[in-house]
Amino acid sequence: MYNKFRVLVVDMTKKKSKVEFFDTRKKWLGGSGLAAGLFEKYALFDREPFHPDQPVIFAIGPLTGLFPMMSKTIMSFMSPYNSQYTESHGGGRSAMALRFAGYDALVITGRAERLTCLGFGSSEIHIQDVHYLKGMDIFKTGKILRNLKPKNPGHRSILRIGPAGENLVSYACVNIDTYRHFGRMGGGASLGAKNIKGIIISGDSTFDLPPEAVKEYGKTYKDIYKEVTETGAVRKYHDLGTPENLIPLNELKALPWRNLQSTHDPEIESISGEKFARDLLLRQVACAGCPVGCIHIGLLRERFGEEHEYLYRQVSYDYEPIFGVGSMLGVTSASEVLTLLEDVERLGLDAISAGVALAWATEALEKGIVSRQQTLADLQFGDVQSYRTALLNLAGQTNEFYRYLGKGALVAAEKFGGEEFACVLGQEMAGYATGENYFVSQALGFRHSHLDTGAYSFDQEEQAKDIQESINYMQKQEYYRILMCSMAGCLFGRKAYPKENILRALNSLGFDYSGNDLDDTVKAIQAHRWAIKFRTGFKPDEVKIPKRFLEVETWKGKIDPDYLFRLKDEYQKVLKDIAGGHRFEEEEEKPEFES
Amino acid sequence: MKILKASNMKRCIGCYSCSLACARNIHKSFSWKRSGIRIHSSGGISTGYEATVCLACDPPPCAPVCPTEALKPRKGGGILLKKELCISCGECAKACPVDAIYFDPENNLPVFCIHCGRCVPFCPHDCLEMAEPSKEMSDV
Repeated sequence: MYNKFRVLVVDMTKKKSKVEFFDTRKKWLGGSGLAAGLFEKYALFDREPFHPDQPVIFAIGPLTGLFPMMSKTIMSFMSPYNSQYTESHGGGRSAMALRFAGYDALVITGRAERLTCLGFGSSEIHIQDVHYLKGMDIFKTGKILRNLKPKNPGHRSILRIGPAGENLVSYACVNIDTYRHFGRMGGGASLGAKNIKGIIISGDSTFDLPPEAVKEYGKTYKDIYKEVTETGAVRKYHDLGTPENLIPLNELKALPWRNLQSTHDPEIESISGEKFARDLLLRQVACAGCPVGCIHIGLLRERFGEEHEYLYRQVSYDYEPIFGVGSMLGVTSASEVLTLLEDVERLGLDAISAGVALAWATEALEKGIVSRQQTLADLQFGDVQSYRTALLNLAGQTNEFYRYLGKGALVAAEKFGGEEFACVLGQEMAGYATGENYFVSQALGFRHSHLDTGAYSFDQEEQAKDIQESINYMQKQEYYRILMCSMAGCLFGRKAYPKENILRALNSLGFDYSGNDLDDTVKAIQAHRWAIKFRTGFKPDEVKIPKRFLEVETWKGKIDPDYLFRLKDEYQKVLKDIAGGHRFEEEEEKPEFES
Repeated sequence: MKILKASNMKRCIGCYSCSLACARNIHKSFSWKRSGIRIHSSGGISTGYEATVCLACDPPPCAPVCPTEALKPRKGGGILLKKELCISCGECAKACPVDAIYFDPENNLPVFCIHCGRCVPFCPHDCLEMAEPSKEMSDV
């Protein structure tokens, strides 16, 4: 059984929508595969990311909501950061809401004349003028959007952008339901360019289960639910959550500090997962359809008066944001990390890129490459107030310096100098200074994310200096991750969802893939995604690995530049080969890649 | 007879596993609304979650308003529905003081908790329990 994909296509220019059907279920699977298929159909490959007709796509998978942790939405678009095809994955209630709105995907094309909120459910579509939200932050915007259509409290998802997205910062994020994000690669700017301030997705419909599937599906659900809730490797995401990695990474000398000038710092205890949990953790919440509850909410108490007058804020934290605005900026107080995270959240920036970009700016100011007149703040590692000022200017795009910085630390460095210490690997680095394999993996990763291949783990293996082993590891990981993201599940569920469980879940619903079918399909999706990335301008040979990465010292000692660049050369060839295996439908010949 | 109580909602993480379990196991459906227990935040996720669920009133105010006696009081509180007698008027849903009856627009039937407890094992945080009606809630 392979039912057709049902896709809502909204043209913001014409204010018209249509429902399209694609009989490609077996080929595209869903999630990442579906997103790539839709992108090929709707994208203008040779035009810029902000062209009004470029599509922004949100896709879910065949298991979305039907099994625990199948709670992600894949956003795909031509990235404002590098003009290449990319994906950004987010949770909250977005996936479940899209499922119960009755669609496998949403495709948005065109550009609204004025700032707009798109709202839709299973039997309604509203294109609502929200010009009055111009410049408004994420939190106020969320509160006001709650009063817009469709109204279905508790069973809808509210996506929105902040000032950074409106001002087209290349790493503006899309906020989902206050605490989750399509964080990386500038999806917020893609919506901003379409004049879309918010999207309300109402999950208001119900599906009858096919009678013949009820029994097997119920049993499979129960078994997987048990694995998810009882497997320690999954449950750890609830306990301390991802910040449990701060101390171990610091001990490994693999946690970037102060713009990666060091990889270890004795102050780690003050921003560790344990510190946050003990002193600031208010509670954990979950994405809809996930019993894990990995979203950690911290309490930020703020004094605002001479007398004992306080207000409080609830700020979500994770490993990567703590690295981004904590260790990378030399901020060694957990409350101060929350202060910066609250600002980043409010402005609608990606916490990793914003932090890493400001870390570069701090060192550039220190070295006299840029001036105080440009940075508009006395940026110094550890100085929270200066970073608060800088974040406002970054999101507000107030001067030439911040306009360049808003395109990425390396773009700013190419303009002003200081390329050698811009911590950029395709995009601003994630918090892993684990070694050569990780650096190459992010630099050449499909979405330049630590989650593309998880090579930071391979860096800790014995064979970490074996090029073929490294490539095998990255390819195996990429294969699995494409499978999981085509379902579209959360990658924290890896241990509960080996391929066999994914297959069993699919089969219990009547999707009669065999193991071999699934292998072939995922490989085809992998080739498709890479082919699109190359076709939109990916030139792996030109991806820089700045000098700072070569100076890193980890628990293994100094980085080995020779191994790093040999691995990069070899992995580039592998990726070109993979992409070369895909044929675009409208083309007779394979796309040409530079060798 | 024990009834379902959402006694520890301050622990709720908003995963909707309970709603999905009720829909799946009782209503043979895939839904987060066609369920006897429905979860929602009260003005955004920062305010925490609430459960809308039948309180097992005894006597239940929804039963007498049913014009065809399709709703019968359940022993120990709450109600039971005889589907074949229901004419889909929706009066029961209006009569519930806590909006615990969801009138399903797709099959035109009232959906409410029957206090069977099958959602309880699917709550990862022990927010739900089967308890005697008189037992005080552990949250307060």
